[in-house]
Amino acid sequence: MNQPNSDIIRQLQHEILPLQGYRSAWGESFIKIDLGPVNAAFPNARFPVGAIHEFMVNSPEEKAATSGFIAAILSFLMQREGVVLWISAGRNIFPPALAFFNIDPHRIIFIDLHNQKQVSWAVEEALKLQGLAAVIGDLRELDFTASRRLQLAVEKSRVTGFLLNASRNNSNTNASLCRWQISPVPSIPIDELPGLGYPCWQVKLLKVRNGRPGSWEIAWMNKQFVAKHNTRIMIPEWHKKTG
Amino acid sequence: MKKRFVALWFHHLETDWFIVRQPALQTVPFVLAVKDHGRLVITAASNPAEEQGIKKGMVVADARMLLPSLEVLDHIPGLYEKLLGKLAEWCIRFSPYVAIDAPDGLIFDASGCAHLWGGDIDYLSTIIKRLHGRGYQLRVGMADTIGAAWAIARYGRSSPVIEPDMQSTALLPLPPASLRIEQELVERFYKLGLHQIQDFISMPRSSLRRRFGQAFLQRLHQALGMEPEYMQPVQPVELYQERLPCLEPIVTRSGIEIALQQLLEKLCKRLEQEEKGIRTLRLHCHRVDDAIITISIGTNFPSRHGEHLFKLFENKLPTIEPALGIELFVLEAVKVENHVPIQEKLWEKRNGLQDTRLAELLDRFTDRFGANCFHRYLPDAHYWPERSIRLSTSLQEPPTNNWRMDLPRPIHVLAHPQPIQVTAPIPDYPPMLFRYKGRLHKIVKADGPERIEQEWWLTAGEHRDYYCVEDEAGQRFWLFRSGHYDAEKMVGWFLHGFFA
Repeated sequence: MNQPNSDIIRQLQHEILPLQGYRSAWGESFIKIDLGPVNAAFPNARFPVGAIHEFMVNSPEEKAATSGFIAAILSFLMQREGVVLWISAGRNIFPPALAFFNIDPHRIIFIDLHNQKQVSWAVEEALKLQGLAAVIGDLRELDFTASRRLQLAVEKSRVTGFLLNASRNNSNTNASLCRWQISPVPSIPIDELPGLGYPCWQVKLLKVRNGRPGSWEIAWMNKQFVAKHNTRIMIPEWHKKTG
Repeated sequence: MKKRFVALWFHHLETDWFIVRQPALQTVPFVLAVKDHGRLVITAASNPAEEQGIKKGMVVADARMLLPSLEVLDHIPGLYEKLLGKLAEWCIRFSPYVAIDAPDGLIFDASGCAHLWGGDIDYLSTIIKRLHGRGYQLRVGMADTIGAAWAIARYGRSSPVIEPDMQSTALLPLPPASLRIEQELVERFYKLGLHQIQDFISMPRSSLRRRFGQAFLQRLHQALGMEPEYMQPVQPVELYQERLPCLEPIVTRSGIEIALQQLLEKLCKRLEQEEKGIRTLRLHCHRVDDAIITISIGTNFPSRHGEHLFKLFENKLPTIEPALGIELFVLEAVKVENHVPIQEKLWEKRNGLQDTRLAELLDRFTDRFGANCFHRYLPDAHYWPERSIRLSTSLQEPPTNNWRMDLPRPIHVLAHPQPIQVTAPIPDYPPMLFRYKGRLHKIVKADGPERIEQEWWLTAGEHRDYYCVEDEAGQRFWLFRSGHYDAEKMVGWFLHGFFA
């Protein structure tokens, strides 16, 4: 392929991406979300904000890992006074633990509802609101129509939505931009000491529109994401375990 | 606006009430009397009795000398207060601001009211006619000050209306008693030969004060309008209230919606000028059959955004039953707070917790799911995990202490710790394996114990020894043992949370 053609293609890609849901969020120019090795999976190597991310959850352990991973991403999104709504029925998040992910737990508002219908309604209303840093919805079910509505809502408001999808057959097609599955893996010891270390996750990106799905093992240490296999090079300066 | 006051004087308040109850008493001279030191003292005399020279304060035996056919009825204690209260409430139709002037009068603040009845004279004659219809005799007075209106109602000889700014000349021929002063002072005036206000009004104030005291000067100045006087209305006036009377009774939902929108628009415009916001708002719908239906909404943050408030009302509109129709809508802001709009940033559409749009969204949630649907947590100075957080009372309340980061805490906590079966070496080692919901977890890494004691001043109970453990698959748990090992009883192990 000669040079002008590839230029044209790059130009076209730039035009197509926003149409596919890769829009910049409000004030996003200040925020850089660094997912370490996972960055390469996204177009332009940038984590898509202002979009719907769906997380498949199969067990309580996976749910805790997913919450941790989302909290870590929130630490970037919640810079500069951002507020997050965490909408669920039967919540079990323990707010003090969120502080270990470098966010202020008092800037998260938990909406505690009674059933899934209420949660779906509340998530959609919250995603329509400009000015939130992110909305997290704990859903038991997510069908195509619902996900389409949510994706359209965020395309207008440019709020990032994280949906925890715990339905039995959660491999249904839907309109979310990315689909993830996070599961816990053995932690990285701190300074070769016994006991629990930095939290590590197996991050599977099952679907990403126009990107390259893949699987990585990453750790959260010193307020950033690091690939698990090259953590030994890192010298921990912040001697704190994360929860 | 120039203030105008009306004073009403019911000179036979209690006897009139007896006549209304027993019309036969109309022509009979009768008095009300109360026992005092073994004699009957008259507290009120009817019109025919008064014509015979019987006065309040006389002893019944003396009165009988003047008029042997005098009827004596029992005085009812507290009657005048009750009557005046009823009359004052009834008189709110003439002015929204009615006060009781015990023991026999009412005061209206009639500023801007008289023209609705076609002028001062017509206004007063309507009042007299309507109260006559109820059976009460009265005299009225209207003036720029309460004192002047009071004086003209009781002692006026000509017109009951004192034209604006004319009170100082109108008061001149009146007796000193018209200044609402004590009987003792009045007698002193008569002793000195001062029978009318004009006799002493031009005297130097300092000598008046020396002879008659400061209280008298205050009354004089109040009557002349040189000193303000305040009154206590029987029904407090709602500061933020909008009314919408309808020509035709409203029966449809769209009609109610239009009415509500009009009222909200007016109210919000006013609040905007005064930099206030609504916290609680009530809509009263007065129905044709005299029933009043009330719906109310509340907000978490002061708001004067009409569209938003309307949205909050929208859910409750179906509960209004118009029946035969609604003829009057009253929108009343029950709770109002100062609300200065924050400056929004153009380049960044984020205002954190101060964002009004966020507050509006939470209002909608509250409206739909109940007041207890959203929570925001602040750190609390307790080690016991369940007590280490507290609910914040408002959206903006800042944390008083820092979030603790020195001890590991799991991201998910079970509402109630779940019992697990454990194999653990004693005395204080972490478990080697545990079984939860039928699945066996072999523990590879562990931290602990972290002992957390019960706060005995709050609750009694066993302490907990917490362990953070990781199983073969890398899943991380928060376990605890409740209390010490004991030969006699089983020690409980529990799963309390999941680490990320």
